[in-house]
Amino acid sequence: MLSRTLRGCISSRRFFSSLNSVSDSDVAHFSKILSPSSVISSLPPISASPDDLSIYNNDWMGKYRGKSTTVLKPKSTEEVSEIVRWCYDKRIPIVPQGGNTGLVGGSVPLEDEVILSLANMSKVRSFDPVSGILVADAGCILQSLTDYVAPYDHIMPIDLGAKGSCQIGGNVSTNAGGLRLLRYGSLHGSVLGLEVVLPDGTILDQLTSLRKDNTGYDLKQLFIGAEGTLGVITGVSILTAAAPQASNNVILALPHFDNVVPLFKVVKRQLSEILSAFEFIDRTAYELAVKHGQGRALSEEEVEGAQCFVLVETSGGRREHDEEKLNNLLETLLDADKPLINTGVMAQNPAQFSSLWALREGVTEAISKEGKAYKYDISVPAALFKEVVDITRDHLRSKGLLHDDAVKYVLGYGHVGDGNLHLNIVANSYSPEIQAALEPFVYELVGNFTSRISLSRTRYRCNEDTCSTLLQDRSEHCSDEKDKGALRSSGYHEPREGFGVLGSMS
Amino acid sequence: MRPTPSRLLNILVPVKRAVDYAVKIRVNSSQTGVDLNVKHSMNPFDEIAVEEAVRLREKHKSDIKSIKAFTIGPPKSVETLRTALAMGADSAVHVELPESAPSPEPLSVAKAIRSYIGKQESEGGVDVVILGKQSIDDDLGQTGQMLAGLLGWGQATYASKVELDLGKKEALVTREIDGGHEEVRVKLPMVVTTDLRLNEPRYASLPNIMKAKKKPVEKLKPEDLGVDFTPIIETLKVSEPPKRVGGGKVESVDELVEKLKEHGFTAV
Repeated sequence: MLSRTLRGCISSRRFFSSLNSVSDSDVAHFSKILSPSSVISSLPPISASPDDLSIYNNDWMGKYRGKSTTVLKPKSTEEVSEIVRWCYDKRIPIVPQGGNTGLVGGSVPLEDEVILSLANMSKVRSFDPVSGILVADAGCILQSLTDYVAPYDHIMPIDLGAKGSCQIGGNVSTNAGGLRLLRYGSLHGSVLGLEVVLPDGTILDQLTSLRKDNTGYDLKQLFIGAEGTLGVITGVSILTAAAPQASNNVILALPHFDNVVPLFKVVKRQLSEILSAFEFIDRTAYELAVKHGQGRALSEEEVEGAQCFVLVETSGGRREHDEEKLNNLLETLLDADKPLINTGVMAQNPAQFSSLWALREGVTEAISKEGKAYKYDISVPAALFKEVVDITRDHLRSKGLLHDDAVKYVLGYGHVGDGNLHLNIVANSYSPEIQAALEPFVYELVGNFTSRISLSRTRYRCNEDTCSTLLQDRSEHCSDEKDKGALRSSGYHEPREGFGVLGSMS
Repeated sequence: MRPTPSRLLNILVPVKRAVDYAVKIRVNSSQTGVDLNVKHSMNPFDEIAVEEAVRLREKHKSDIKSIKAFTIGPPKSVETLRTALAMGADSAVHVELPESAPSPEPLSVAKAIRSYIGKQESEGGVDVVILGKQSIDDDLGQTGQMLAGLLGWGQATYASKVELDLGKKEALVTREIDGGHEEVRVKLPMVVTTDLRLNEPRYASLPNIMKAKKKPVEKLKPEDLGVDFTPIIETLKVSEPPKRVGGGKVESVDELVEKLKEHGFTAV
C-alpha cells in the first residue's frame, strides 16, 4: 500500500491540504455523466442519507471508518475514465473499492476521498474453453466467475475465504494469494492482461488473451499488487485451470509445531502433483472456529495433545489414483516410528470435504465474532510461524495487555506452502495501548526474521512513526527507472502530486 | 430380585451407496435414469444408522456383541462398507451385483436382508436392524417396513431417539410424526429406520480408516441368498421438471393489480 505509506510519512494533513474535497458541483457533474443509480452522495443534488454510504465507508470488520460523501459506481471503463479525469483535473482524491472485504483498511477512505466502486462492472467479457482464458470486468465477484467457468470444467486459479464478496479487480490489485497459490501460482503468473484507467483518465488496454506474450515490457505486472496507486483496474484477462475431477482433504492433528515443516516435506514428496493445499491452523484458531459454529471434525480425545493442525487437500484427474496416493501417505504417517501426526480425519463425502474446509476458512469469521482483531498478513518462512505468534504473545503479556479486558487471543493460521502467516491479535476492543504495543513491534519482528519486510504482504494503515523504516524499502522498489519511465509516458504522476487514486481494493 | 442376565446383542446395519447429496442430479441422455458417473457416497440416512449403532455400543459397551454393515450393489459399494467400518462397524457383508445391474428394488432388498438374517441364526442371530428411512436416490422409503413385515418383527420407523432396555429386551423409540413426536415401545428383535434428527454422524478418523482396511468383508452372490434382483417396476421415462420461468417487473401498483386480475387473482 504505497500511497498509504507515503501519506503516513508526509503527514496526512499536509497531503490532504493540497487536495480538494468533493463539492456540490462535482456531484452535479457526476450525475450528468453517470446514470442516476451510479451516484450515491450525501451532497446536493443527490442528498442521500449518510446511512446509504456507510457500507462503503466502513470496512468489513468495523475497524476503519472513512468520511466520504460520495460513492460512484460506474458501469463502463469509459465512465471510470471520465470520473478519474475529472478528479485528476479537480485534484480530488479517489479510493477505488472492490468488494470491500479487505482486512487491513485499504479499501475505505482515510478522509473524504471519492469512493470509486467497481461493483456495477460485473460482466464476463469472454471465455475460451480451449485455452481457459477468461476476460471479465474488474467488478466480477470471484465466486460468480468460479460458477461461470464451472460448466466448462474450469476453475479460477485463485480461491479465498471472501470469495462470495470479493471482486477480481481487487484480487489483482492486492495480488491476493489465497488457498490455491500452492497449486496454481501467484496472480503475476495467471493474470495475462489488464485494462487499466491511468491517473489522467487514459485507458491503458493491456487486455491480451495470449498465454505467451514476449513482446517488450510487461506493463500489467506493475498494477498487480499496486493497490490502486498506479491506476484503476477495470478489466482482467486471467488463465483459468482445468477443473480437477476429484478432490479430497484431511485434517491432521500434530503433537508439536516443529513437525509442520517435516510433514510438509513428506506430504509434498508423496502427493506430488495432486497436492493442492497445505494449510496451517494453530490450536487457538482451531478452537475459535469450533466455538463459533464450525463442525467439530475431531473428537475431544483427538484434539487433546495437539499443538496445531494441518489441512491437506488433493486435487487430481482420477479419484482412485488420488485416494491410493493419499492412503499411502496416511499409512506412512501413522506407521512411522516417530509419527509426525497424532491423528486426523479424512472427508468421506463432499459434505465432509466442505466442513473440513469450513474449519480453516471459518477462522476469520470466528475471530470477528470473538472480538476486535488486529490482523497482520505477513511473509515469513513456515518454520517461524509459531515463533512469531509466541513472541508477539509474550510481548503483549510483558506489556500487561494479555487479559480478558485487553488482548484475549494471539493466534496464527496460514499457508505453509507460501510462507504466509495470518497473525491475529483478538482484543476486547480496539485501543491505542494495544495499537502502540503492536506497531511497529510486529513490523520490526518480521523485519528481523526476513531481513526486510515483505513488500506487498505487510499491509496496514500506519502512523508517521511506524513508516519511516518501511518507506525506504518501498522507495527502493518504486524508483526503479524502467518502471518510472514506462509510467511517465502513460501519464503517471507521483501520488502526492495530485493524483489521489489511493488505497486498495479487495 | 436379580435382573435377568441380558443376552449379547447383534446389530445389522444395511447401507446403500447412492449419488452424493451434494451432486447436482442430471437426467441421462436416453431418459432412462440419472447420470451415475458422479461422486457417490453412503446414503446419509444410512450413515445416521451406522452412527446410531456405534453410539449404542458406546453406551452399552460389551453388551453389544457385534455391529455388521450390509450392502447390495456393484463392486464399488465396498467403499461404502469401508466407510461404515471406519465409523465403527466390526465387519461387513457385500452382496455383489454386476457393474451394469439395475438398482435393486425395496422388496428384493428386504427379502435379501431377511434371507441373510435367517442364515445368521446359527451364529447368534440378529436382534436389531437399523437402517435409513429412505435412500436419497429413489426416495422410496419402503425397505425397513417390508423387512419388518417379512420377518414378523416389530418396527419403529422415523426414529429420532432410540433407548435400549437390554434387561427387558425392548426399546423405547421416539418417532418423528406429522405435528410432533410419538414414543413407541418395541420388543426385540426389531427394525428401526432412522430420521435426520437421530444423531450427527462422526468423521472417520485416520487410525480408524486404517483399521477398517483390515476388517473382514464377506462377499456373497445373489444366489447365495436365493434372491432375484430383477426389477418388477418398469421405468418408462425419466425427465427433468419444467424450468422455472423468470418473473417480470411492473412499473406501477396499477399495473400490478392489472396483471393479478389477468391471472385470475381478485380481492377477497
